[in-house]
Amino acid sequence: MSELPSDLKYAKTHEWVRVQDDGTVTVGISDHAQDQMGDMVYVEVPDTGRAVQAGEACAVVESVKSASDVYAPVSGEVVESNAALSDHPEQVNQAPYEAGWLLRIRPSDPAELKHLMDVDGYRDFLATEEH
Amino acid sequence: MGRRTALYPQHLDAGARMVDFGGWDMPLHYGSQIDEHHQVRRDAGMFDVSHMAVLDLEGAQTRPFLRHLLANDVNRLKQPGKALYACMLNEKGGVIDDLIVYFLTEHHFRIVVNAATRDTDRAWIEAQGEAFGVRIQERGDVAMIAIQGPGARAKTHALLPAAVADPARELAPFHGVEADGWFVARTGYTGEDGFEVILPTEQASDFWGRLRSSGVAPCGLGARDTLRLEAGLNLYGADMDAATTPLESGLGWTVAWDPPERAFIGRAALTAQQSAPHPRLVGLVLQDKGVLRNHQRVLVEGGGAGEVTSGGYSPTLSRAIAYARVPAGAGGSCRVEIRGKLVPARIVKPPFVRNGKPCVATEFG
Repeated sequence: MSELPSDLKYAKTHEWVRVQDDGTVTVGISDHAQDQMGDMVYVEVPDTGRAVQAGEACAVVESVKSASDVYAPVSGEVVESNAALSDHPEQVNQAPYEAGWLLRIRPSDPAELKHLMDVDGYRDFLATEEH
Repeated sequence: MGRRTALYPQHLDAGARMVDFGGWDMPLHYGSQIDEHHQVRRDAGMFDVSHMAVLDLEGAQTRPFLRHLLANDVNRLKQPGKALYACMLNEKGGVIDDLIVYFLTEHHFRIVVNAATRDTDRAWIEAQGEAFGVRIQERGDVAMIAIQGPGARAKTHALLPAAVADPARELAPFHGVEADGWFVARTGYTGEDGFEVILPTEQASDFWGRLRSSGVAPCGLGARDTLRLEAGLNLYGADMDAATTPLESGLGWTVAWDPPERAFIGRAALTAQQSAPHPRLVGLVLQDKGVLRNHQRVLVEGGGAGEVTSGGYSPTLSRAIAYARVPAGAGGSCRVEIRGKLVPARIVKPPFVRNGKPCVATEFG
């Protein structure tokens, strides 16, 4: 069973969201998603300052097996990207919720966070996806 | 649920991620495809390749039949045990399959064909073989394990039955030996030394287990693909198929043109193509970060476009590499369209890696 921290929110497209004290949100892909994809070999993160819409493809994670878009869970401005992943994409495999984070967004409409799932909802969603 | 090899329980036991491959439930990896790749380059890894089909061809006319069936010439096989890589073509010169043929006795040859094509291969071979009176038996009673890497032969040798162990020690590359129902060949699909072992199905799990205890790591289809890509070895269905010829697929070297009177299937089409400009298969090394994937468009210098046929990440070179089919005369640099962006790549001659060592430059000015 993949690791699912209870203090995060999750999207159906397998991104996780951590709401920071300053109101920004950190975004990554779930342990389940990295496990499905296998060894990461390339990560493309957006430029700082880019405006993104919820549901818009804003980053790409590529494993030996496949390339996958990462979708913005909320609308807003990208305030930081994880540049370390350029040389160490394997951090997405090794620490998907910590060193393997992808980007940070300042939400333009924090109400959008309500559309995301809590950990129980995501766990149920994964169970239905497997069947 | 797909078809399962005799080693299916061993794959689950080793924590394999199973996937469908040509209708078979096969291991993709056992945790990390990249670790398995390095294990083969640095020491020894093993692959369950029991999904491939072993066909025994017997009869007095087997050699003349194979000289008709294959674009390579089995008359190159003079010593029993010798192996030959060959393409089986249709009348248009398209590749029905690529295979290895082993010469066992004058009236008994063995061929090993791809899993996904086994049914069409067999139908084609049977249809062509009728006029030669060749008996074709698909060996459903054997398993096949490939052990590859610089340490592969030493680790395998100690575990072979005595009857094949001694002759296996002396095997030259691309030769095999059979005894007591075991067939051991010094062949493989990774660019490393090693053995491919065909053995009775009921002995497969025991042999697999003893290899594992000797430090031979189970490796999945994922590592098999990155290893063969680095080694400059084609994948059927990606780099060639029934609509492309060996000349367009980097396999011109496997076509035996001499003697000119040998009328193999597809010869006329290949002869016509040989005298005209035709696309060819080249290697690509991506110069920027990113990953090359199958079907990406390749723009070559001086105009014209080709396509990536097999793209991926090279764990040995830490770069994206690929094969691409490009227009005649293309060379030097090109650009690959990756998600709408044109990324520079260099056209090179495969292999990319041989015996663990890089064969192509990865730093470009």
